[in-house]
Amino acid sequence: MSAATLTRRLSPAGAERPVLAGWGAVVLALLAFWLALPPLLVRTPVPSLVLAAAAVGLGVWALREGQTRLGWSAAVTGVLCAIGAIAATKSGEGNLDRVVIWSSLAAAMLRFATPLVFAALGGVISERSGVVNIGLEGMMLTGAFFAIYGADVTGGWVGGLLVGMIAGGVLALVHAFFAISLRADQIVCGFAINFLALGTTGYVFLQHYGSNGTPGDAPQVPDVSLPIDWIPFFGPALDKLNLLVWVALVLVFVVWLFVFRTPAGLRLRSVGENPRAAATVGISVYKVRYLAVIASGVLAAMGGAFLSIGFVHTFNQNMTAGRGFIALAVVIVGKWRPVAALAAALMFGFSQALAQRLPVFSDSSATLLQALPYVVTLIAVAGLVGRSTPPAADGVPYAKE
Amino acid sequence: MSGAEGPASLTVGSRLSGYLRGGGIITPLLTALIAFFIGGLVVALTGANPFTTYKAIFDGSGLNWLFPWISADDRMTAGLNLQQTLLLTTPLIFTGLAVAYAFRAGLFNIGGQGQYFAGLFIGVWVGSSLHGLPAFLHILLALVLGTLAGAVWGGIAGFLKATTGSNEVITTIMLNYVILWAGVWAFGLGGPLHSGSGSDKTVPISDAVVQNARLPVFWGDPELQGLHIGIFFALAALVVFWVLLNRSVAGYEARAVGFSPDAAEYGGIHAGRTYTKVMLVCGAFAGLAGVIDILGWQFAVATNDIQNAGAVGAGFIGIAVALLGRNTTTGVFFSALLFGALINGTSVRNLDPAVFPPELATNLTLIIQGLIVLLVSAPVIVTAMYKLRPRRGPLAEDEADA
Repeated sequence: MSAATLTRRLSPAGAERPVLAGWGAVVLALLAFWLALPPLLVRTPVPSLVLAAAAVGLGVWALREGQTRLGWSAAVTGVLCAIGAIAATKSGEGNLDRVVIWSSLAAAMLRFATPLVFAALGGVISERSGVVNIGLEGMMLTGAFFAIYGADVTGGWVGGLLVGMIAGGVLALVHAFFAISLRADQIVCGFAINFLALGTTGYVFLQHYGSNGTPGDAPQVPDVSLPIDWIPFFGPALDKLNLLVWVALVLVFVVWLFVFRTPAGLRLRSVGENPRAAATVGISVYKVRYLAVIASGVLAAMGGAFLSIGFVHTFNQNMTAGRGFIALAVVIVGKWRPVAALAAALMFGFSQALAQRLPVFSDSSATLLQALPYVVTLIAVAGLVGRSTPPAADGVPYAKE
Repeated sequence: MSGAEGPASLTVGSRLSGYLRGGGIITPLLTALIAFFIGGLVVALTGANPFTTYKAIFDGSGLNWLFPWISADDRMTAGLNLQQTLLLTTPLIFTGLAVAYAFRAGLFNIGGQGQYFAGLFIGVWVGSSLHGLPAFLHILLALVLGTLAGAVWGGIAGFLKATTGSNEVITTIMLNYVILWAGVWAFGLGGPLHSGSGSDKTVPISDAVVQNARLPVFWGDPELQGLHIGIFFALAALVVFWVLLNRSVAGYEARAVGFSPDAAEYGGIHAGRTYTKVMLVCGAFAGLAGVIDILGWQFAVATNDIQNAGAVGAGFIGIAVALLGRNTTTGVFFSALLFGALINGTSVRNLDPAVFPPELATNLTLIIQGLIVLLVSAPVIVTAMYKLRPRRGPLAEDEADA
């Protein structure tokens, strides 16, 4: 609470203009970087530096007008983009052309963002109902394992996806029981869910598949081929994406519609904002929260299923590697809104896609770039977003009268 | 604690405090018993005998060394096993304290693993360079720098929380991954700290800590990974933790902020500054664990080990240690010993594959750990089952009210 008052003191709500200037500065900075990349490939850093300097200037102005966080972020982005632009003008055009193929970067971005989108939508629903779900990571991992296990056993990807979703839902039920009925501390029991998922999937995986690993011929979720490869940029970016990528994008819209445009969504939000008031008008707080948490587990498991039977085609112990936690950050950066969460997920997806591609420049620094998505998450959570306000009753157990 | 609360993380410590302070020793014992019971069911489901399995794990931990009636031969083996158990207990005490101290200030430090890595990386760097420095100076330098590195890595999360209000749960996890990849890069092939002198230059491993900078072994054979003096550092850290928390201004401020940041601010305590200070201390504890592990028995770090420790390393187990130990000095000691014994007892080296496959047992440890944390999160279960009421009435009422 005091951190909240602290930040409020540091950045009093100012006029609109500094906010606009701050975001404009961010855009200018990105533009400065973009100039030096294909297809424009301006070979002199001068125009980029001018734009970046303008961005820094605007950022500093926003800073002095009271937009502390945004101003700082804009100024830092300006400096970073200037460095990036200089680096780009200094490196060979051939390398740049190989790294920066916008269409394939976009396709990779979508692929990397998909598991995050699924899990983040789950997080949005769960937290909108007032239950923090740190167990997203574990639910994803569970979905990833049981999807490939189910696909192997049932002999079809539909069966695999269903088994994965059910497994994620069951694990979410455990979280729901502890967090809602037993009024456990939601962060601690969500963390326990992660341990349980890690142990259980590892246990069943080793017991069932041993050291051979999952079978290479397990059924996979198919790709969707679209006859659009003649369209520049969009064609090559979108013509061969996995079915689940599209499902994720559609679900963003569906969840938005549900949360903000349906009576059930209103009930969900009211339970997350003020459960006592919701209860007095006859809404069953427990029921809504149970359903929301289970839905979040099912969604997170779909994200995991995409990893194992849509993307990587295998399962490894702890294969989610913190993606569930990045999804949590996506929820916060997206301010508990599905569409904004999609944007945030795309940003992380892009940083991951970039991390896969930049190694062209130097092999040994390739591993270091694996840290990029996590650094971006840190900066996003601490910087750009400004103070995001969770649903009022988020994380607070509710006791029936 | 009713009505609209801020971000949940701010009140984790205060909400847990009712359970964590009350209930005496019986609650954690029951928690562990229930977790082991369910773990036994899992073993039985696999088709193995839970009793012989647990017996084998217990013997593998070397704790039977404490029994006066075992034969001299058994005592020999048990002694060797117990050395390994204590070797693993040492870092768990530190990381447990790193989590416990944060909990007392209302912070959930999931970054113990990253802070541990920070200490370990700096430790191996200092320990493997600076040849010819006197042993005492070399060890001291590595310890100090490693501790500082851990403190900085923890302090970042505290500072970010203080200045931007960012949730420490997220930032500490991200910091874990950042340093993990930094380590894999630095000690990997082509990395700046990759062992250039080793016999096989294709192995991604660091240089080994020089003989001079290794911690002396006081029990067992130094060639066979005997017990080094790090355990005494850990015991000293327990004392430091107690004094810091209960007898110092910083500890008082940390506890006050943990109870209620608003009330603490009203009383003139700067909550933001306290968060930073607390995370610095937590990071120092975890960082010291890393240095002591590297100077004590690991000596070199391979990138494989870094990646494998990502989710099951000492820093993570420290969370279960702190929760089971109820964030108290003695609690942390005994639960660190429990987990040290469990890990050693289920290790590939110590568990007879004929009784139970060790690689499954490693995951069994994770499941038991998860169950313990799960049960600790919901104090009602254990307390309701055994009609134990937390000693502090008002806090218990708060729990029910929230």
